Amino acid sequence: MIEPLRITYREAVKQAIREALQSDPRVFLMGEDVGKYGGCFAVSKGLLEEFGEQRIRDTPLSESAFVGAGIGAALGGLRPIVEVMTVNFSLLALDQIVNNAATLCHMSGGQFPVPVVIRMATGAGRQLAAQHSHSFEAWYAHVPGLRVVEPATIDDARGMLRAALACPDPVIVFEPISLYNMEGELTEAASSVRLDGARVHRAGRDVTLVTYGASLWRCVTAAEELATSGIEAEIIDLRSLRPLDDAAIMHSVRRTRRAVIVDEGWRSGSLAAEITTRIVEQGFYDLDAPVARVCAEEVPIPYPRHLEDAALPGASRIVAAVKGLVGHGQ
Amino acid sequence: MSALPAGTTRERGLHLLREMLRIRQFEDHCAELYGAGHIRGFLHLCDGEEAIAVGVMEALGPDDAVLSTYREHGHALARGIAMKPLMAELYGKRSGCSGGRGGSMHVFDAATRFYGGNAIVGGGLPLAVGLALAEQMRGTRNLAACFFGEGAVAEGEFHESMNLAALWKLPVLFLCENNLYAMGTALTRSESQTDIQAKAAGYAVRAAAVDGMDVFAVEAAVREAADAARGGGGPALLEFRTYRFRAHSMFDAQLYRDKAEVEAWRERGPIIRLTTQLKAAGLMTEDDFQRLLREADAEVEGAVEFASAAEWEPVADLARHVYAETAP
Repeated sequence: MIEPLRITYREAVKQAIREALQSDPRVFLMGEDVGKYGGCFAVSKGLLEEFGEQRIRDTPLSESAFVGAGIGAALGGLRPIVEVMTVNFSLLALDQIVNNAATLCHMSGGQFPVPVVIRMATGAGRQLAAQHSHSFEAWYAHVPGLRVVEPATIDDARGMLRAALACPDPVIVFEPISLYNMEGELTEAASSVRLDGARVHRAGRDVTLVTYGASLWRCVTAAEELATSGIEAEIIDLRSLRPLDDAAIMHSVRRTRRAVIVDEGWRSGSLAAEITTRIVEQGFYDLDAPVARVCAEEVPIPYPRHLEDAALPGASRIVAAVKGLVGHGQ
Repeated sequence: MSALPAGTTRERGLHLLREMLRIRQFEDHCAELYGAGHIRGFLHLCDGEEAIAVGVMEALGPDDAVLSTYREHGHALARGIAMKPLMAELYGKRSGCSGGRGGSMHVFDAATRFYGGNAIVGGGLPLAVGLALAEQMRGTRNLAACFFGEGAVAEGEFHESMNLAALWKLPVLFLCENNLYAMGTALTRSESQTDIQAKAAGYAVRAAAVDGMDVFAVEAAVREAADAARGGGGPALLEFRTYRFRAHSMFDAQLYRDKAEVEAWRERGPIIRLTTQLKAAGLMTEDDFQRLLREADAEVEGAVEFASAAEWEPVADLARHVYAETAP
């Protein structure tokens, strides 16, 4: 039972980790600065004192070894939650994630599933420049054998970890850096969150905005502005980036007949490209306008606020993209 | 040639020789089967390194976890994976020990806790750390034994894993098969410190160099390291000095080493060594040896027959096991 209350995204993630540690003795948290420091983004503050050194494990700066150790511990019957500070740092562990976590179940003919959960912060918005601000979700979502999710709401931040730990496959959980301080209502729905499946965040009839992560809230701002012009946007929060919920996307697009994909990843080779292709493959004749994309500009994310903002798929760009479509077919 | 360890019985000696001959004859047949097109992909044979596989497995317990490399047929056989499913795996058949999906480089077997056949150099080391962590956190006395070649010590994962295992006092045996060549690159061309066991000191890890051609020395060293690890003494690095008699893989023309060097090592090989020792001690006759050889050949031929007759997995099953079908 989850009591309705207003909490931050950070607190929601922390509560989820805490509940997992309390309810399953196989669960432990490991990563850089998760213990004494309390987590780079303060997510695990206080957990070391509550659960002790065995289950809240500070690791050396050895992403490959501790992510690989998480995979090994999962093979050995535990349920590790591995925290990697940011998606940029996870590239140092890419070998373990892609060559081991994603392959062992298949290569072993199903003998060795890998029930590891790997959490990492993603995205821009905190002026952390080009080695702490990127969105590589698409790279992970490219890989069969992985499951990739990105909670964008308080309920999902609170509920998705439980679903991830119950899953026998390796799950990559992306937490948008810019959402940790976001406050919102935690509802009863958090107790029955699914790992996969998209969700309609806002209903609308004129255009479908397909998005995930921090861009969900850019879409919400854009939809509110569009509503003042009489345009009702439907927002699909993908939640799961692998597998993608084609049915939910198409169910919406077939009604609105227009789609804009909003993606904090770079446009080239992006999730937005994949989703666009799926819409065109499955619903070409249902469309009244070409599918549009609003993505990050193709630059390493810069430090100064005005340039960082300009690089991201902000609400004004989303509004402009939608207005470019709604004239079509009417 | 050193003598047998005191108290070695005929039964014990023949057992060790039989296990090494099974590996040698298996590899010998594999080379032929590759030439005939029955085994495809990359095939890495371990002739010359049999004493390490056999000696290590003699010292491990059935509940220990084992991680290996792409040159792992010997480890798999010595660990107790039956020859028939192993050969079927090399054929890519459904009855292979990995369901045919892995092939020669990816042998897996849950029953013997054999976690692969890893074809990324150094890729298994972090997994061993994690498997050992699971044993430690569950309070068992099991350990994780991880094979790798001397080429892997150039990988960051070796250093990260040694540090983490030592930091957390995990029961990991780092088992380095130093056969002097990382594919075609000699140790002296790739490492500033060629005394590999010496690297352990930087991580406060116990270490020893062991004659990898002496099955008794291998077993004794592993037993000692394993006892310490099970007792909470943390990891150990054992460097087995050995040599592979054949090419790196079936595509290797061996331009990087002299035939004379190979011949010199062959004369020091683990099977010749034990055979000579057992005969000198009067524990084995030439007839005994020929009988062991015939038995090994017969077992391999039976495995080949099994693999040849085995079924292919239906293409309809292509996407199976990408995700787990049941929760572990």
